[in-house]
Amino acid sequence: MNSVFAHRIAPFLSFTVLALLWEAAVRFAGLDSHVLPGPSQVFHSMIELIKDGSIFKHTVASLFRVTAGFYLAAMLGIPLGIVLGRSHIASLLFNPIIHFLRPISPLAWIPLAMLWFGIGDKPAVFLIFLASFFPIVVSTTVAVQSINPTFFHVAANFDFSRMEVLQKIVIPAIVPAIITALRLTVTIAWIVVVAAEMIAVQSGLGYLILDARNGLRLDQVMNGMIVIGLIGILLDWIMRRLGQIDSAAWGIRQP
Amino acid sequence: MGHIVISGLNKQFINRRKTKREDDIAPFGQVVPVLEDINIEIEDGEMVCFLGPSGCGKSTLMRIVAGFDRQSSGSVMIDGKEITGPSSDNIFVFQHSGLLPWMTVSQNVELGLRHMENAHEKCEKIQEYIEMVELEGFEDHYPHQLSGGMLRRAELARALVVNPDILIMDEPFSGLDFLTHMKLREEVVNMHQFLGKTILIVTHDIDDALVMGDRVIVFSRRPSQIKLNRKLDFSHPRNFFKKDTELAKLRDELFFMLGVNYAV
Repeated sequence: MNSVFAHRIAPFLSFTVLALLWEAAVRFAGLDSHVLPGPSQVFHSMIELIKDGSIFKHTVASLFRVTAGFYLAAMLGIPLGIVLGRSHIASLLFNPIIHFLRPISPLAWIPLAMLWFGIGDKPAVFLIFLASFFPIVVSTTVAVQSINPTFFHVAANFDFSRMEVLQKIVIPAIVPAIITALRLTVTIAWIVVVAAEMIAVQSGLGYLILDARNGLRLDQVMNGMIVIGLIGILLDWIMRRLGQIDSAAWGIRQP
Repeated sequence: MGHIVISGLNKQFINRRKTKREDDIAPFGQVVPVLEDINIEIEDGEMVCFLGPSGCGKSTLMRIVAGFDRQSSGSVMIDGKEITGPSSDNIFVFQHSGLLPWMTVSQNVELGLRHMENAHEKCEKIQEYIEMVELEGFEDHYPHQLSGGMLRRAELARALVVNPDILIMDEPFSGLDFLTHMKLREEVVNMHQFLGKTILIVTHDIDDALVMGDRVIVFSRRPSQIKLNRKLDFSHPRNFFKKDTELAKLRDELFFMLGVNYAV
């Protein structure tokens, strides 16, 4: 089979089959539309949400929080990871704390987040920051520690300064691993945003889902889920494209 | 200049390998002597080949000369000065993967010239050395796009471009196919005759040592001492397939010394 054709058509095929199965399940199981709305009903309410613009408003609100929390995590997490990877003493001091905080679900922080940051965007951004920060720190540390020691010998041999070691060895060496880590982390952040928005905010896809549930509008709940899934694919695709930039991938074409 | 005097050099390390290996000499945590009382003087411009059983500390000695590692006692003087650390005056050519994989061939070669201010001159110099190792046309290739032989050449270009006094090569031909090995060996000999740099080569290939070296130094098993330190006053190209030449006899002797009774 032609590979371009396969790549373009196969996803449509699988989604079509999924929709058909869904429709069939609704029709033949005889479930009430309040329990499982069918694809056509969901589609119609999607048009409704698009028409009054609320789906865009909620999507933008969620994307803003994810972007803010995720960028913050990357901006603080990558430098910290580099320090922990390069300095033995720093890793001895800080790693225990990081590994202690890491398994605590960001959702467990909700009460504290609300106390500290009140209501609005801030606690949600904080939760997303927590969800992204630890995976980024740990992946960066591991990436730095696994740099081939020969490269540091080369650097010493060519009289590199500390700054040059960072710029010419450490950063380029960890870029592929960092991009993979960011790709995985952005998905985690996107998962957490929905949960974070179920508290203390009046916008976002999480709020949309919660609000629709309270109004017994399961069709809108499913629309919220569909948009979350689609944005998730989009975010992953963007991160993957980032990994394909020539200089980031050491000239190696990655699939 | 590249005049090296190694005197009374000792090197020990502490065995940190917890799982025992068959040939382990010391239990965990104990001091393992690697090099014992090494005394060598290397003239400027000499090409010296180091032979010895694997694990005997040849590479360790090279790393000490390059400044990557410290001796436990004794001294290494280069041109009358004690070495304090790595320097671009003595470039180490790594066994493999010494090129930075995120840089193209010309960017790698540029490493040693990065303080040169005149961009045009810099480009010309990079080009000159890339041509010297016959890699023209591959300037913008990344290391993973090159064959094993080409990688060694690129690394050689990177080492030579800084015009070091001393080149240290740790098994420069290992892992290459036979013909690439022969060709590269020839090129290193030509390069040495042309540039006259001090070159230290670690090898486990007796023929390499005999064909290339101005001198051959043989190490014993660990703790290593110098078993043989012999000048090779033979003109290039060398041929030891003629029987009964002095070189052929020496070859047999070396094989015997390293535990191969008949060089078949």
